[in-house]
Amino acid sequence: MDVTFYISAAVAVVATLAVITRYNAVHALLYLIVSLLAVSLIFFILGAPFAAALEAIIYAGAIMVLFIFVIMILNLGPQAARVERIWLKPRTWLGPAALALILAGELIYILISGGEQEPKAGTAVVGANEVGIALFGPYLLGVELASLLLLAGLVGAYHLGRRSGSEGSDSPGSGRPNGEKV
Amino acid sequence: MYSAVISLITIFGVIIAALSVSAGLIWLERRLLALWQDRYGPNRVGPFGLLQVLADMIKILSKEDWVPPFADAAVFVVAPAAIIVPVLLTFAIITYAPGIAVADLNIGLLFFLAMSSLAVYGVVLAGWASDSKYSLLGSMRAAAQMLSYEVFMSLSLMGVVMLAGSFDLKNIVEAQKGLWYVVPQFSGMLIFLTAGIAETRRLPFDLPEAEGELVAGFHAEYSGMKFALFFVEEYLGITLISVLICVLFFGGWQGPLLPPLAWLAIKTLFFICFFILLRATFPRPRYDQLMSFGWKVMLPLALLNLVVTGGIVLATR
Amino acid sequence: MISLFKSMWQVFLHAFRKRATIQYPEHKDYLPPRWRGRIILSRDPDGRERCVACYLCAAACPVDCISLQATEDRQGRRYPSFFRINFSRCIFCGYCEEACPTDAIQLTPDFEMCEYDRQNLVYEKEDLLISGPGKYHDYNFYRVAGVAIGGKDKGGAQEEERPTDPLELAP
Repeated sequence: MDVTFYISAAVAVVATLAVITRYNAVHALLYLIVSLLAVSLIFFILGAPFAAALEAIIYAGAIMVLFIFVIMILNLGPQAARVERIWLKPRTWLGPAALALILAGELIYILISGGEQEPKAGTAVVGANEVGIALFGPYLLGVELASLLLLAGLVGAYHLGRRSGSEGSDSPGSGRPNGEKV
Repeated sequence: MYSAVISLITIFGVIIAALSVSAGLIWLERRLLALWQDRYGPNRVGPFGLLQVLADMIKILSKEDWVPPFADAAVFVVAPAAIIVPVLLTFAIITYAPGIAVADLNIGLLFFLAMSSLAVYGVVLAGWASDSKYSLLGSMRAAAQMLSYEVFMSLSLMGVVMLAGSFDLKNIVEAQKGLWYVVPQFSGMLIFLTAGIAETRRLPFDLPEAEGELVAGFHAEYSGMKFALFFVEEYLGITLISVLICVLFFGGWQGPLLPPLAWLAIKTLFFICFFILLRATFPRPRYDQLMSFGWKVMLPLALLNLVVTGGIVLATR
Repeated sequence: MISLFKSMWQVFLHAFRKRATIQYPEHKDYLPPRWRGRIILSRDPDGRERCVACYLCAAACPVDCISLQATEDRQGRRYPSFFRINFSRCIFCGYCEEACPTDAIQLTPDFEMCEYDRQNLVYEKEDLLISGPGKYHDYNFYRVAGVAIGGKDKGGAQEEERPTDPLELAP
């Protein structure tokens, strides 16, 4: 299990680095998908199969598809890659890299010093049942709040996507969108 | 050692079986479509035209492996692999008979959903990497269609999960000992069937490759072995959805007299033929019809099914 | 919903219908005499070529697949010195047959003309000429035409009066 963990962790790190350094947006997104899948595998190895599946379904499977969908429609040509190349000067990524280094240092420090006291992850498998019981037991309020938030988002998206000036005969899929009303 | 050999045999058996079934479907689909269109279909090469598959393979393998100069070469090559790997992986989690399964995953059904959501990438990337108008249109349709129908697919499966109390396909089949889930979950079955057709981009829901409008949609620029991968993936998809319908709603390997594997094979074959009959019967809907059908009919139905099933399960336990 | 299943059932019932396909090499369908297939050059009932090399077929041909060269024999009969049809271009439209004033060029109910070498689809006159009169058994152009050839003077054709001698008309 340790070997698979290190392999997938390495894949995740390399893929994430590639996300930052690619000039082509779609290629970067593809590396991001690989990185998410590697993280999902790590979840699985650590004994959280439900979280692993959700990571793959929701992040890698749904959200990233929408990202790619949008970028596909933007029709970025070689011009965009050239612009990206100009933007990605060492001076530009110096700041973020320094911040990320600080975070990495903290992580390493915690791993080295306090790793022993922490309860080790991966000792028990957390199945779908446990997750469900936890979500709808002690965290019920959080789940409901999150669903309300999602509902608000849904209504907002519907409002934004609604055609302007078609109050009466609104039958989507029939006819072209009405133009703006004066 | 012994168990390792057994599992290796199972893995290769499943892969070989899945691939040869999907290759055989090339022949079966053409014969059945011909049967329902008052024709004969391929009947020249070998007995009953069975060697047509071989002839097709030789033809498609000896074609030039061509990457268009305007395409994004790396993604163009990766896309056919990205489309076929998730489907093949899903065959791993299915329990074909007691003891015959590659991986007895306790989140089996979720794994299937994850893989089917990853299968979108192959289509989308193929269309994008081809860098042609028709391909891009096809892959945009594919992305929207597969993403939407995946929602109803997972929702329709949740009824089964509730009844069985498990994501594990083995437990789901064993829970159907008394009553196949097609009876309590009939609407769920219908929704899953429809979503399954949309997920595998089969006619009547083959909008991403609608040849009347988009030449060949997302794989318009592909030829040779890369096209063969798309081709085989479609048949692998049909096989997969048929097996899953059998496992989830029709009692999997259960049945009298015959051995379990034979029962699963018979049921699967029935559903494969059913899919081909669907293709023979229905015309392709318009794209907006497909999407509004999904969101305005399928989603409420799936939610209703979920609520009613949940209520009944809650009341009876 | 019910209608969907109804139509599926209807399609399923087609499995038991009679096949529309004709299993070609074993069973060959009846081809009517006026079928437009392989082109031939016919002969008149005397066994001589009907073609008078008028070039009308070559002019009518929309794909320009007919080429010929006119010449005349000692008796004054016009005939093609070569007559070539490129069947890899021919679209079997039948315009040449319609254009032909002597019913020489005719289309036949035969379409089995596969060749491994494309050059073999170029038919020369000896390939095109048949020994019979084709679809029109009694028609003989020189018997009904007013043109003079060796062995038949002007006025020698069927239902043709002797040409008027202008000198005889003198009062």
